[in-house]
Amino acid sequence: MATGPALSIARVSKAFATPEGGEVRALDDVSLDVTDGSFVVLLGPSGCGKTTLLRCIAGLETPDSGEILLRGERIDHVPVWKRRVNTVFQSYALFPHMTVAQNIAFGLQMDKVGKAEIERKVGESLEMVRLSGLGSRKPSQLSGGQQQRVALARALAKDPEVLLLDEPLSALDLKLRRGMQTELKRLQRETSITFVLVTHDQGEAMAMGDQVAVFDSGRIVQVGNPEEVYLRPRTAFVADFIGEANLVAAQRDSSSLTIEGLGAIDAATLANPEAVETGAVTVAIRPENISLAETADGAGVVADVTFVGGDIHVDVELGANRLNVRIPSHGAQPPRVGARVHPTFLPQSLRVLADS
Amino acid sequence: MTTQEKTPKSVESRTAGQGSWWAGIPGIAYLIALVLGPIVIIVIYSFLSRAKFGVGVKWVFSVTAYQDLFFGESLAGGRTFDPTYLEIIGNSFWYSLITSVACLALSIPVAIWMATRPERVRTLLVFLVTIPFWTSLLIRTYSFIIILNDNGPINWALKSLHIITEPITMLYTPFATVLGLVYTFLPFMILPIYASAERFDFRLAEAAYDLGANRWTVLTRIVMPSVRPGIVAGTLLVFIPALGSFLAPELLGGGKTSMIANVIAAQFGASRNWPFGAALSVLLLVITLLVLVVFAVLARRASKASGNANWESLL
Repeated sequence: MATGPALSIARVSKAFATPEGGEVRALDDVSLDVTDGSFVVLLGPSGCGKTTLLRCIAGLETPDSGEILLRGERIDHVPVWKRRVNTVFQSYALFPHMTVAQNIAFGLQMDKVGKAEIERKVGESLEMVRLSGLGSRKPSQLSGGQQQRVALARALAKDPEVLLLDEPLSALDLKLRRGMQTELKRLQRETSITFVLVTHDQGEAMAMGDQVAVFDSGRIVQVGNPEEVYLRPRTAFVADFIGEANLVAAQRDSSSLTIEGLGAIDAATLANPEAVETGAVTVAIRPENISLAETADGAGVVADVTFVGGDIHVDVELGANRLNVRIPSHGAQPPRVGARVHPTFLPQSLRVLADS
Repeated sequence: MTTQEKTPKSVESRTAGQGSWWAGIPGIAYLIALVLGPIVIIVIYSFLSRAKFGVGVKWVFSVTAYQDLFFGESLAGGRTFDPTYLEIIGNSFWYSLITSVACLALSIPVAIWMATRPERVRTLLVFLVTIPFWTSLLIRTYSFIIILNDNGPINWALKSLHIITEPITMLYTPFATVLGLVYTFLPFMILPIYASAERFDFRLAEAAYDLGANRWTVLTRIVMPSVRPGIVAGTLLVFIPALGSFLAPELLGGGKTSMIANVIAAQFGASRNWPFGAALSVLLLVITLLVLVVFAVLARRASKASGNANWESLL
């Protein structure tokens, strides 16, 4: 197997001028290595810079500084049409005056591929995205999901070193999106092409990514596999953006952690005892890791109870903190609003977060 | 189901934005009275005889006017083939063609450039293109006489720079006619092409670049098919009025380079031959319609070839 990353982003920065005359740093010293044949998801809220990074890799934007390497070779000054990287656009960007087959053939014609070879590749690509027989249709005659597949086939037909996908599923409805997630993973496995996908949907990121890079205001704040970023969020932003988390103010000293109303916890039993920062800290705990015991002298008061199907969400006021607790709906009777409860949890589900 | 049954059948539902048929009556009446009417009169006059003193017509059926189009009358009274008027029509065609091609070449880059500006700038640019419409065409054409004459600013500048010693004769030449025509019709080419280009989704160009296309390929294979409706519309809006244009050849071409409209005007004026003027008009009308048909056929064929189904609908 090839050694080294397929794609390497080193200290890339990019700023845009705003209409008001200011400047927005869309990318701020971003570095990322993408392993060959992996599925990497760039995750973050809108405006966090993830799409700008994708466009820099594609060549549709030029970074202000930093390097982008494809298999060890710098590509950041190679024109877009010469990069062995292809993109699936959010809007699909299918050529409306061409048929599906012509759309797929376009990129191959640019590579001066022979006619017979083009025909074979177009057929193969259509088969791969399960659209055989629709080659002579116009994009306008296809459904959104089918257009999405054509956009995929068109980009994959060129056998790119890296396939870039810019929010490819955001225009599809929920059911179709689930199906396409599975489909994308299958295609990635079958072609073993490196995929870099941009999304703002954390569920999508968790479902598809081998690696997830979390963006916040132009920076990558954490990179890891889905389990890592979910179970071991580094900052409050990551904890809050991926899944749900209670961010609780606490006091940390050398041996213990104190949360208002819950008393002190031995620091050695925390999820990350190695975080030795002392003073006022923020700790994260997932709603499903908290249990509630109804007692007259409980530290918390139930503020709200919401039935959402499989779970019941309970809002508990705990001093200045507010805890979001999730208890299974098939269990015991949920507490009533106004009841006094005592939240319990295992100390190892508490994580002390770094300042972002 | 029950709510539908309650709806009285006499009330037809109307989609929002759908017009009432009777609102179109004034416009249709206007078109019939003032467009169709004169055409009918012209056709009738072309088959009548010349009046005694040339003003008006004598109500006697005659095809003399049509014979005059192609055959000259010799002093002996016999008729021989005379290509004079066919040549003038050919000339008109040629000038209109050059005008259309020049307008196309000038407009396509301008329109695409305009369409790629930020929205506020685009509005301003469209506004600037329409500035010539603010003053009369007559005055603007007269101004070309000042610009082009032997002592005009162009000759003066060339002389001052010692590029020439004798003035270049530009006024009252075919060059001046075509220059005036291009000037007159340029906005009619820019605006429809701009309208098409503005609707072009430039993300398609990005996609083409991404698939390995260079600038030229993006322009010819992605941008051009999308602006083709504007090119078709603009070419028609330039070529057909140019074919019948009167002012530029009259004022800038002098007597030497008459186009068909000038000959027609002369028949109703100095030459006092109304039936002949009418016959020339009918000929021009027929030729214009033929051009339209040929254009429609070509456009349909081209659209089938490129697989674009929407722009023949313009015709």
